[in-house]
Amino acid sequence: MAVLLALTAPVMPSAVAQEFRLAMSSPPTSMDPHFYNLFPNINVSDHIFEQLVAMDADSHIIPALAESWKLVNNLTWEFKLRKGVKFHDGTPLTAEDVAWSLERPATIVGSPGKFDTYTKAIVDKKIIDPYTIQLTTKEPYPLLLADLTSIYIVSKKATQGLSSDDFSSGKGMVGTGPFKFVKFQRDDRIELERNNDYWGKKPAWTKVTLRFIPNDATRLAALLAGDVQAIENVPTPDLAKVRADKDLSFYSKVSHRVIYLYPDTRREKSPFVTDKDGKPLDKNPLMDQRVRRALSIAINRDAIRDRIMEGLSEPTLNLVPAALFGHNPDLKPPKYDVDAAKKLLAEAGYPNGFGLTLHTPNNRYINDEKIAQTIAQMWSRIGVATKVEGAPMSVYAARGAKSEYSIGLLGWGAQTGEASSPLRAMVACDNPAKGMGAVNWLKYCNPKMDAVLTKALASVDDKERSALLQQATAIVIEDGGVIPIHQQVTTWATKKGIVYIPRTDERTHAYGFYPQ
Amino acid sequence: MLAFIIRRVLQSLVVLLVMSLLVFIGVYAIGNPIDVLISPDADQIERAKVIVAFGLDKPLWLQYFIFLKHAVGGDLGRSFAYSTPALSLIFERMPATLELSTAAILLSIVLGLPLGLLAGLRPNGIVGKTIMAVSILGFSLPTFWVGLMLIMVFAVQLGWLPTSGRGETQLLLGVPVSFLSWDGLKHLLMPAFNLALFNIALVIRLTRSGAQEALMQDYVKFARAKGLRNSRIIGVHVLKNILIPIVTVVALQFGSIIAFSIVTETVFAWPGMGKLIIDSIRVLDRPVIVAYLLLIVTIFIVINLAVDMLYSLLDPRVRLAESKG
Repeated sequence: MAVLLALTAPVMPSAVAQEFRLAMSSPPTSMDPHFYNLFPNINVSDHIFEQLVAMDADSHIIPALAESWKLVNNLTWEFKLRKGVKFHDGTPLTAEDVAWSLERPATIVGSPGKFDTYTKAIVDKKIIDPYTIQLTTKEPYPLLLADLTSIYIVSKKATQGLSSDDFSSGKGMVGTGPFKFVKFQRDDRIELERNNDYWGKKPAWTKVTLRFIPNDATRLAALLAGDVQAIENVPTPDLAKVRADKDLSFYSKVSHRVIYLYPDTRREKSPFVTDKDGKPLDKNPLMDQRVRRALSIAINRDAIRDRIMEGLSEPTLNLVPAALFGHNPDLKPPKYDVDAAKKLLAEAGYPNGFGLTLHTPNNRYINDEKIAQTIAQMWSRIGVATKVEGAPMSVYAARGAKSEYSIGLLGWGAQTGEASSPLRAMVACDNPAKGMGAVNWLKYCNPKMDAVLTKALASVDDKERSALLQQATAIVIEDGGVIPIHQQVTTWATKKGIVYIPRTDERTHAYGFYPQ
Repeated sequence: MLAFIIRRVLQSLVVLLVMSLLVFIGVYAIGNPIDVLISPDADQIERAKVIVAFGLDKPLWLQYFIFLKHAVGGDLGRSFAYSTPALSLIFERMPATLELSTAAILLSIVLGLPLGLLAGLRPNGIVGKTIMAVSILGFSLPTFWVGLMLIMVFAVQLGWLPTSGRGETQLLLGVPVSFLSWDGLKHLLMPAFNLALFNIALVIRLTRSGAQEALMQDYVKFARAKGLRNSRIIGVHVLKNILIPIVTVVALQFGSIIAFSIVTETVFAWPGMGKLIIDSIRVLDRPVIVAYLLLIVTIFIVINLAVDMLYSLLDPRVRLAESKG
């Protein structure tokens, strides 16, 4: 008996260490990877399914199921699939599955956010051989690769004829990813096991449980109590405590999400711009570029980072962080300067300032309403008497989309990994037919910027496109079409001895964690 | 009895109809779910397509009419976020909430009745005074704070109980329950106690005042004079007579616990209906909100009916037919 114990004892610790429990902050709504383009859903899909091309931790595109790709001509892309990749049920991956997976998103019913946003540019798919597929777009389309990072490849055999509901039971959960699906308990947990036939780097854990704990304090308590070994989104009020705790490790990274203000630059009479006594003004001061610049340099972004964000934000005047495509290094956060701001206001004809209401969501971004309150105080210092009105995102967005504000706070994550994403959504002239300006709620429009952006969106030459995106960003920022404040920083905490590779796209992957 | 039940059911239907209209208008007034639900990358054309697909382009009265038409057939609509029928989403989570609420109610009776009796029998002793002092805490401390403190003490500091979640479940008559395994019980204990706290205090106070009053009554004095044992006097004569108000309150509280277990479920990440409604309100998942509130109203109606019937069992003098008021 003693001999037996002695023999098994050294094996035990590693066997225990291979089980990993991770707490996420929001539960997925469906297991179907093509059902709903929603962050928690994508986060889970990433464990079981893979794409043709993927984003690395810095949002750069890397090969995944496609080993290589090339442009056959301006419109046609050819992808060579990785050989020897097997689905979780043992069948090999072929071009047939890829074609099926690119068609399926458009056929999903009842989805509030379909993935066909990313497949509709493809007008033709041609299977050359089991390991080669050609995709054709109608116009030169440089974003194809970025779009493909959002489309998960599922097994045609396993998912044919399945509805999205069927996936929750595990039927159809047949991917090629590092983990196999075991069990889904809605709102509570997902259990996974390691895919031992995985073609890439195998994860360190044989068994993984993803727990869903939306309450910040409870999530942290679960980590402290050892119920889970890692959590995402460390609550800001507890940051100092987590950093000081010797049993925990803390990880953070600048994310692709920019927090910005959008002023009303178009309407002569804006609903929430008044004089200092609250009477409506004849002319909207926000239409004057000098006023917008004054508002921007009157924001002490460093103070917001240090006092409100506990050091976890990166002040910026760009729309994407430095690692991303289209970041313009010439646009540095402006120097905080009350006097210069006052002078600009006086030049514009408002030596005594005016009154303004800043609208903000209060449950969407890290410290959203607190940031707005701070900015309001800073503006009051230059004579712009600012009130803040916060509302939950559901209420805020409904009114915002109807252009009911004069200036508001919002955040945008550059999902495609380049500046074209925020430019297209936030500041391009409102053009539903072309899908431009989807969150351009106050209808900012600058034809000069639009022309440059349109050119960039049609350029498959990376170098040229990067230069054009930088130029477009410079135009809109100098004009004050939007006022960026900072890039949000995403946080993770683990038990000591577990390492995480933090990601720009805010996602949390169990296979990104390793024992030291 | 039968006429009474039929009349109550008819009244209930009217209540449900009015309620559905109020909820529908209320949710409609908050805002447009599309702006929160839809993925930010979608362009305006897709947005418009989703709006049409969910029927949100129609005027409110037409939306309500369509809802009513389906509701008569038992279909309360499909969730926007999950694309699953709203009712089945709620029913999927119901066992978890019912289990938690039942455990909470049992705890409040099992702890509240004896403690209340004790306090009622010895109102001036140290034990009685301590019980009353502690029960004040049960009333006045906010639920979420107590929940977090429980987690900090019993999970983080002492490590006796798990912090959150539901633990292992087993099927009992096809319904997943967690009280059959040790792991499940451990997960259940803290949230159930947290949810019960207010009700324990309530039952203590009701029992105490009831017992004190009953002890002064002639029938108790007469029983004493007859030489009955103390345990029989308290266990039968006193207890039976003070149970009516307690049953009423506890039963009504059962409804509230089910409906408002939201805070506890959120703090303990308990996958029940309360968490679902919070998530649904956040994204304005209209069908789920409406279905949930209607279901809660129905639960209250059923509980009230049951209470009225229990009355007549406990006290034969109460006749249901007379309760038309």
